[in-house]
Amino acid sequence: MYGGGYIFSEPSDKDQKDHIDDPVKLQEFEARIDAGEKIEPHDWMPFEYRKQLIRLIEQHAHSEVIGALPEGTWITRAPGFKRKLVLIAKVQDEMGHAQLLYSAAETLGKSREAMINDLLSGKSKYSNVFNYPAKTWADVTVIGFLIDAAAIVNQVANAKGSYGPYCRALERICYEESFHLKQGHDAFIALAVGTKAQKDMLQDALNRWWRPIIHFFGPSDKASVHGEKLMRWKVKMASNDDMRNQFLDMYVPKILELGITIPDPNLKKNESTGRWEFSDPDWNEFKRVINGDGPCNAERLAVRKFAEESNRWVRNALLKQTMKQTIPYA
Amino acid sequence: MPNIESLDPRIRRIDLEKNPEHVVLNIMENWETYEVFHQRKRGEHHVHVGIVHAANPEMALVFAKEQYGRRLKCANMWVTQSSNIYSFHYDDEDMFETTPEKTYREAGGFKVRDKINKFKKENAPK
Repeated sequence: MYGGGYIFSEPSDKDQKDHIDDPVKLQEFEARIDAGEKIEPHDWMPFEYRKQLIRLIEQHAHSEVIGALPEGTWITRAPGFKRKLVLIAKVQDEMGHAQLLYSAAETLGKSREAMINDLLSGKSKYSNVFNYPAKTWADVTVIGFLIDAAAIVNQVANAKGSYGPYCRALERICYEESFHLKQGHDAFIALAVGTKAQKDMLQDALNRWWRPIIHFFGPSDKASVHGEKLMRWKVKMASNDDMRNQFLDMYVPKILELGITIPDPNLKKNESTGRWEFSDPDWNEFKRVINGDGPCNAERLAVRKFAEESNRWVRNALLKQTMKQTIPYA
Repeated sequence: MPNIESLDPRIRRIDLEKNPEHVVLNIMENWETYEVFHQRKRGEHHVHVGIVHAANPEMALVFAKEQYGRRLKCANMWVTQSSNIYSFHYDDEDMFETTPEKTYREAGGFKVRDKINKFKKENAPK
């Protein structure tokens, strides 16, 4: 019986280079994954598996927190009471998803405080799309429809991964996100079939968001050795290119059928390969933005810091000396 | 601190310049974790659904309601501190391996019909 176990401190990359996993245990671990079984928190796992899962799940959690900021901006200015109710519900869900994901990462031994600290210091990243501003209500509909759709493609794939707590969290998240996608599509259609001003506003928003959407799944990772190992361990379930292609397959027709155009003259499906082709989306811009030089990076982190700092007295007032850290079970 | 021109009037009203340069949370600042058990309707089992962070059990119940009771039916919830949970280790999973083989614990492990039919056939009036 184990009433809570080890404390895992994230080592530097230098330590990691010297780390060699027990080959017998590694073989058993891989056999379990090959047999389609899940890995649970207290199982033995390769050093790199734990490290990459923490990184993946933590960044997913941060993306939910930060992703609510561009949408939350529009709660006070939503067009009508129903849209406002829906947006409040969606933003609450995103916070709930962050809670679920932080919890899943905590089972791997990293404390929630350490994860939040890494977000605030800029050490840990979040989805790049949220470093762009939501300038109009149409931006909210593009985020709610297409960014959520892209996230669902990613999450549905990851829900079949090997780590039990992450799969369980994603199952609940995907269920709730189905409403996000539907309300996003509904709001998107309302503008697309509306007045000329509404349609122009939607087209303008899509024109600004298209490149971040192509960036969403990340650069091609087909050739990476690192990627292959993560796929073997079912940390990553599909390559970035495959997920992007699946997204384009599903959603390009849904945009075009509404008479909205996609701002890339080179976007077309190569019927012989089944792959979508598109203009070079400038991966240097992607890297520049993810490393802090996007239009909203500074604001996003400053708002989080303000929230943590100004709420701290409440947390401290309720803190008791007898509280002890336990790694949650699931 | 870079110059921030937010599109959000609420953010423009707060003074982000006052943020300290480094905001660092102390360990345990998010309190302890509670395991949450959700009962869909009366008569069913409470099922484990996840955790919440809370400063006391009452707060854990409020957060459990927000986190795990936002959708679908719910009759009741339990919470308990994670440190109150004791479990087997997965390394000992093999101790359950032979359980499915113990057919003498199952109703299906007793084949009586063949014997009855044989008996009836043998004793049938000629």
